[in-house]
Amino acid sequence: MNCRLLLIILCCCPAIAAAGSKIIATGGVTTVEGNAGGGIVPWAVINGYASSDEWAATAFGGRVAVNDFSLHSAGIALSLDNSWEFSYARQRFELESIGGSLSQDIFSVKYHLAGELLYTTMPQISVGVQHKRNQDFALPAAVGATRASGTDFYLAASKVLFHQVAGRNLLLNGTLRATKANQTGLLGFGSATDNHYEVVFEGSAAVLLNYNLAIGIEYKQKPDKLAFAAEQHWRDIFVAWFINKNVSVTGAYVDLGDIAGQGSQTGYYLALEATW
Amino acid sequence: MVKPGILFGFSLLLLLGCSTATQPVLYQRLGADEGISAIVDGLLFEIEHDARIVHHFADTDISRFRAMLTEQLCELSGGPCRYSGSTMQESHTGFNITLADYDALVEGLIKVMQRQQISIADQNALLALLAPMYKDISYR
Repeated sequence: MNCRLLLIILCCCPAIAAAGSKIIATGGVTTVEGNAGGGIVPWAVINGYASSDEWAATAFGGRVAVNDFSLHSAGIALSLDNSWEFSYARQRFELESIGGSLSQDIFSVKYHLAGELLYTTMPQISVGVQHKRNQDFALPAAVGATRASGTDFYLAASKVLFHQVAGRNLLLNGTLRATKANQTGLLGFGSATDNHYEVVFEGSAAVLLNYNLAIGIEYKQKPDKLAFAAEQHWRDIFVAWFINKNVSVTGAYVDLGDIAGQGSQTGYYLALEATW
Repeated sequence: MVKPGILFGFSLLLLLGCSTATQPVLYQRLGADEGISAIVDGLLFEIEHDARIVHHFADTDISRFRAMLTEQLCELSGGPCRYSGSTMQESHTGFNITLADYDALVEGLIKVMQRQQISIADQNALLALLAPMYKDISYR
């Protein structure tokens, strides 16, 4: 009900809301962790449409629903000068078949170091930091996590290549992340036997069918530090619809592998984003 | 006796070869002289109505700008023209064209191409030729 109201408001907004100068879709969408990117991989792009000497604000809400779990994620971001992105996201992880829920806060900063997504031969390159804090640590501690908070560092490179697939533009992104997180932090950080940073790879590829519609795939490698249950890589196939520069909707089919001993978690992801 | 599979493969190869060989150059796909003139005029209209960038053109000789841009797009897209203007670096020095200015112009161009119903593939082919000019145009 609330969501529907939000959607109506958002769809009416564009007529009055000013957006920045960046080309539509070049701000990407917002990941479940609150950063501009795809659904699960942070990209080098800066959220929203603020180009040089402009600023933008972004709000998003999304839900991942797989067999035995669901993840609600919502957040806000402020972008400056197409260089800085400051974001906050709150995640609530519902353990539907086990019972209970876990929450996590994510505070992030991203800085655009070099390159321009569309205009330079060099990809756009950004560095980012995510500081994550568990709100409920009893369960993560019980399954072997040693810390309730953790900080991830990542380096991302993104590039749009024009006229590649049936004349369509292709977006490629590669991200290297140093992390100690168990299930992206939802199950805490580190373990008694393994408390080291691990470098993992995340990648995305998307085809822009037109200015408003992108389809793509994502892959996210993850550490596997907890002894009680194996952790696996995440994958998804997504469609992002940039209705205009103020509203986008993303849908995906996700495969999150095994989570907390519950096998083969597949399902869908749906997110709504607004930017000004 | 040639196997049907090989024959089919060979025909397909021949067909693909032909289809790429007979694809007209971008200049033709954009509508040749008439199409490119319409793009340039459309872009001039967009600039004139874009408060973000119109000030950069305050001292521009519009008829010369129009002629030079038409020549340049014609040559770039494989048409029978020679661009006779100065280099992109020379003609933009002192203007301090920012990323936001460049984005605004590209957005204007996209609007024009959409209005002229140029196919997405042909729009992208033209953008592919123009986007890399950013390094010679911006912040000079």
